[in-house]
Amino acid sequence: MTKDAISKIQWARVMTVARTDLKQLAQAKDFWLPMTILGSLFFIVVPGILLFTIVSIGDVDVVAKISETLEVLPESARSQFKGDSPKGRTGYALSVFLLAPVAVIVPLTISTAVGAATIVGEREKGTGEFLAHSPASAREIYLGKLIASLVPGYITVLVGFGAYSLLVNLIVGPSAGGWFFPTAQWWLMILWVLPPFLAICLSIVLRLSARVSSTAAAQQASGLVSLPLIGIAYSQSTGVLFGAGYLPIVVGALAWIIGFFSLYTGMRSVSRSRLLTVASGV
Amino acid sequence: MVVQIQNVSRSFNAVEALRGINISVPKGSITVLLGPNGAGKTTAIRMITGALNPDRGTVRVFGLDPTTTDGELIRSKCGVVSAKPSLYDRLSGKDNLLYAAELYGIKSGETTTHRIKEAAAQFSIQDSLNLQVGGYSTGMKTRLALARAVLHKPELLLLDEPTSGLDPESAASVLEMVGEMTSQGQTVIMCTHLLLEAEGLADRIVVMEQGETIVDGVPDELSKVFWPNPTAEIVAQNGEDLDAITNFHGVISYNREGNIAQVELENEILLSDIILELSRHNIRLISVKPNKVSLEDLYFRIRKSSDLANSIACSYEEATELIGARQ
Repeated sequence: MTKDAISKIQWARVMTVARTDLKQLAQAKDFWLPMTILGSLFFIVVPGILLFTIVSIGDVDVVAKISETLEVLPESARSQFKGDSPKGRTGYALSVFLLAPVAVIVPLTISTAVGAATIVGEREKGTGEFLAHSPASAREIYLGKLIASLVPGYITVLVGFGAYSLLVNLIVGPSAGGWFFPTAQWWLMILWVLPPFLAICLSIVLRLSARVSSTAAAQQASGLVSLPLIGIAYSQSTGVLFGAGYLPIVVGALAWIIGFFSLYTGMRSVSRSRLLTVASGV
Repeated sequence: MVVQIQNVSRSFNAVEALRGINISVPKGSITVLLGPNGAGKTTAIRMITGALNPDRGTVRVFGLDPTTTDGELIRSKCGVVSAKPSLYDRLSGKDNLLYAAELYGIKSGETTTHRIKEAAAQFSIQDSLNLQVGGYSTGMKTRLALARAVLHKPELLLLDEPTSGLDPESAASVLEMVGEMTSQGQTVIMCTHLLLEAEGLADRIVVMEQGETIVDGVPDELSKVFWPNPTAEIVAQNGEDLDAITNFHGVISYNREGNIAQVELENEILLSDIILELSRHNIRLISVKPNKVSLEDLYFRIRKSSDLANSIACSYEEATELIGARQ
C-alpha cells in the first residue's frame, strides 16, 4: 500500500460506514439484549451476589478457608491485599484477581461477535454488493467496520468496569479499608493493555470475517483468538506475567505497536470482490 | 463510448464466468444485456464498476480504468441496482438512502434531505421512508433500491434485473423511468432475461451466452441481418383468393395457412401495390399488417445461429449465413 493511497482515505466515509453499522447494531435487539444480560451477569450479578455473601457471613470457617487458599497467589499479588479481616482480604482478592479478569471476556465477546459478522455478514445478506459498487475504498470500508466493532467493546469496558468498580467498592470497600478498585494494575489494564489487545484480536477477526464463507464460521474461529486475551488479563491482574513495575507499560506499548501494524496490514484482507456474493475463489 | 469492454475474461476457480467478452456502450443510450441465467451478465456489470477485476482484457468506463485508483471516480458516477436489492433491513428506508447519500458525497443538510425526498417521490415510496426496510414488500424494496441508485444523479445507470419481483404496473413505471433517464443524457445498461421488458426500450442489445458475447448491435440493424426483406401478413375472407399473390412482381416468398398469408417482399412499397391489385380483383381483405420483428424473434434467431455455430464448429457469422440460406 503506498503512502499516497493512505492519504486518500476519506474519514467522512469511514465514519459513515462505522455509524451505519452501529445504527444497525442498536436496532438489533436480538444481539444487544443477550450481550447486555451477559455483561450484567459478569460485571454486576455474579460479583454482587458472591461479594455480598462473603462480607455478610463474616468470620466463619468458609471465609477463613478461602482466605487461606489465597496464599497460593504469588507474592506480588498477595502484597497488594487490603483489609485486616479475612472477609476483607477475601473480598479484595476475589474482586481484583478472580472476578475482574473473568469480566474481560464480556467486551471481548461483544467486539469479536460484531467483528466476526461484519464483512461476511454483508456478503451473506447481499448488502456487500452495494458497498462493492460504492465509491468507498476497501480501506475505508475496513476502517469503518473496525471502528464499529471496537466501539461496543470499548464502551463495555468503560461502562462495565465503571459499574463493577462502584459495586465492589460499595460492598467490599468498608471491609478493605476504603475504595480500592481499580487498582493501579487494573487502571493499566483497562486503559493501556486491554485496548491494543482488543484491537489485535479484532484485526485477526476481521481478516477471518473477510475470508470465511459464513458468519457462524467466523464466530467460531474468532473464539480461539479471544482466549489468549483472557490469559493475559489473569496474568496482568496478578502480576504473574509482567510483574508490577514498568513492564506492563512496556508490554502495553508493544501491544499498541503490534495492534497498529496488525490493523494496517489487515486492510489488505478486505477487497471489493470479498463483499460480493460470488462463487468461491474470489 | 461510455463503456468499452474488450476481450475481458474472468474465472472463479474452474468456472469461466466471462470468456473474452466485448461490449461497447455509447453515451445516452440504453443497452440491454440479454441472455439466460449464468450467461455472465451480472459479472459484466461488476467489471464496469470495478467491483470485480478482469483476469484478462481491458475495461474502460468514461475513458478510465476501474481497476486503478480512478475506480472511485467511476463508481461515484454510477448508480447500481443489483439483482437483489441489497438493502439494510434493520434500517429505515430513509436511513438506507442517507447512507448512500453520504457514501456518494452528497452534501449534508438540506441538499441531502431534498435529494432523498425527490428520489423517493420518483418511485412513490415517500410515505414509507420512516418504516424499517425489513417490513417492505419486494416491490417496495426494488423501488427503494432504484431511488438509492438515482439519488446522486449518476451518469451511468447499471440495472441488473430491475423489475424482478415487481407487479406489472410497477415494472412498467420502472421501464418508463429508464426510458426517461436517457432523454436526460444518462446512459443505461440493463440486464434482463425478460425479452418483453427490453422490447422498444433497447437502443442496443448485447446477447450473451456462457460468458461470451454472441451479438452486440442495434436491434433494427440486427433484424435486417436475419430478415433482410420486409414481410407482411394478409388476411382475406377467402384464403384461396390470396394465392394470386404468387404471380405478383416483387414477391419473394408466399405461405398461406387458411385465410392468412405471409408474404416476403423485395421492398415495403410493394405492399400497397399488392393491396391495390387484390382490390382490383374484388378480393375481400380483412386485414393487412406489415410484420415487425420483435426482440423475442431476434433473440431466438440469434440463439439458433449460436447453437448451430457450436454444433458444426463454425463461426457465428457463418452460421447466420447458413440459416439465411436455408430460409
